[in-house]
Amino acid sequence: MLGMPSGDHDSQRSGPARVPGPAPGSLPGTVPLMAPARAIPQAGELRILAPTAILGYGFPEASFEAGLARDPHVIAVDAGSTDPGPHYLGSGTSFVDRDAVARDLRLILRAAVARRIPVLIGSAGGSGAGPHLGWTYDIIRSVAAAEGLRFRLALISADVPRERLSAALAAGELVPLGPAPAATPEAIAATTYPVAQMGTEPFVAALDAGAEIVLAGRAYDPAVFAAVPIRAGFDAGLALHLGKILECAAIAATPGSGADCMLGTVRSDHVEVEPLAPQRVCTVTSVAAHTLYEKSDPYLLPGPGGVLDLRSTTFTQVTPRAVRIAGTVLRRTPYAVKVEGAVPAGYRTIAIAGIRDPVLIGQIDAVVAAVRAEVAANLGVDSSAYTLSVRMYGKNAVMGQREPYVGPPAHELGLVIEAVAPTQRLASQVCGAARSTLLHIGYPGRISTAGNLAFPFSPSDLDMGAVHRFSLHHLLTVSDPLELFPIRVEQVGGAS
Amino acid sequence: MTAVPLVEIAAVIRSKNAGPYELTLDVVFTTREWYERVVAAHALTAEVVARAYGVPVEDVLHLVEFAPAAAIKATLRRPLVCGDPGETDVYGAQQHAPLLALVLDLP
Repeated sequence: MLGMPSGDHDSQRSGPARVPGPAPGSLPGTVPLMAPARAIPQAGELRILAPTAILGYGFPEASFEAGLARDPHVIAVDAGSTDPGPHYLGSGTSFVDRDAVARDLRLILRAAVARRIPVLIGSAGGSGAGPHLGWTYDIIRSVAAAEGLRFRLALISADVPRERLSAALAAGELVPLGPAPAATPEAIAATTYPVAQMGTEPFVAALDAGAEIVLAGRAYDPAVFAAVPIRAGFDAGLALHLGKILECAAIAATPGSGADCMLGTVRSDHVEVEPLAPQRVCTVTSVAAHTLYEKSDPYLLPGPGGVLDLRSTTFTQVTPRAVRIAGTVLRRTPYAVKVEGAVPAGYRTIAIAGIRDPVLIGQIDAVVAAVRAEVAANLGVDSSAYTLSVRMYGKNAVMGQREPYVGPPAHELGLVIEAVAPTQRLASQVCGAARSTLLHIGYPGRISTAGNLAFPFSPSDLDMGAVHRFSLHHLLTVSDPLELFPIRVEQVGGAS
Repeated sequence: MTAVPLVEIAAVIRSKNAGPYELTLDVVFTTREWYERVVAAHALTAEVVARAYGVPVEDVLHLVEFAPAAAIKATLRRPLVCGDPGETDVYGAQQHAPLLALVLDLP
């Protein structure tokens, strides 16, 4: 096969065993399959319904119904991502709308409770820290109350005590991932909500404890999809590879969508994926290409306790709509979990404005530099106390220094003036000073002397609130896959 | 040698974060034949990607040829950690433009 992986870049990849070891998921008390009242699959296969790429992104009811008609053994959805940036983890807020999450949960819980299908939800609230878990828990309880639903709910938290991280740092058991810098005691102390990504084991343990609905904090994206097949004794490598695809729901279909349902089927020596909306299909290319998505190396995918090895994976078109995957192997590694965190980095205020004057556009860099100097001189505040930046859409705002375009300037520019400072008040003051200075500053050849900016809004300035930066992106070695992820099981909606 | 614009032989050219510290670029070719020609000619390498982005070749952390998808993937060090002050593209989803202009020399 072409293109063997070149480096040993991800530290979690180090030292993969040649032969898969015993499954760490085979915990004492593991039962063969499923939550209460579900039969063991007769046909030797297990079906997983993935309604949507992120809880709250939505899905068509017709697709969901088509999925239910296939009699799934589990409904699973991963709610999380670090893609929206550090703010949501750092501030403990969700990047998905509360009513949108409630809508998805209403449809999922109603169907699941009526049919006694277990539901697994990972990375609650997007980032999976305590506030996100609590936020989603509140939504689940209010949906259950409104719909008169009763079920046993497991809550699995993923918050990592700071003392645990400090001890691991001292012991050399907190290792940076990829280009991330080494952790420091200061970064650990300032991290608002440190979380770790759980593997499949806490989900299996929650099901073993009798949970019908499992709501988890930060989780390895494929874990919610792979947990039930692994618990049933199916191959972990295949189950996790299936999870890698299902975690984005119909994004791996063509045409792709993050807001539509996908069905996964697990059998003894392969898995299959198929979209549930008639206008979509899975092709070998769409599924194989999805394996590339958001990863640095598609052949070796590290996760908690093992590396998925795709070097012998095959993709086969089995029906015009379904693709079969075989050959993926999980190579066990010393158990480590990914730790994530963010720290506060001040407050932001922005202003949005347009420029249409060609004389000004022709010398905008010099004018912005003059504005910057004037603000620094007039504000009465040490300029090292804040950062002021001006993004100019129409002039390298998207790619910055890496922009390869050289050619005539755009006929208009969109400006975002941004100030970040230790307090919202100072950020607002700096942004306001930059905005008013730029509005009226003179420049050589100026003929438009009434004002330099076109504001779309009044008020022109917007306080954006707290700013965060990522502070942790590390691997933490653990002795037990359950160690950091306490499970609480409770009855929702009265005794059943 | 023939000069072949990458956009004419690729079905997908995209960029995205691979975690907060890395930006990953995917090129999925229209056919397996084009993929194999490009791979055989070493026409899309870490050096080519580094030049297109104006970065040192050490900033190209990986370059992987992925036959199952007829794709070549390159992963760059992010110019800024995702969301850090000065960020221009939080998701990294609009950093593919330099690849659109690439012209490959193929035998």
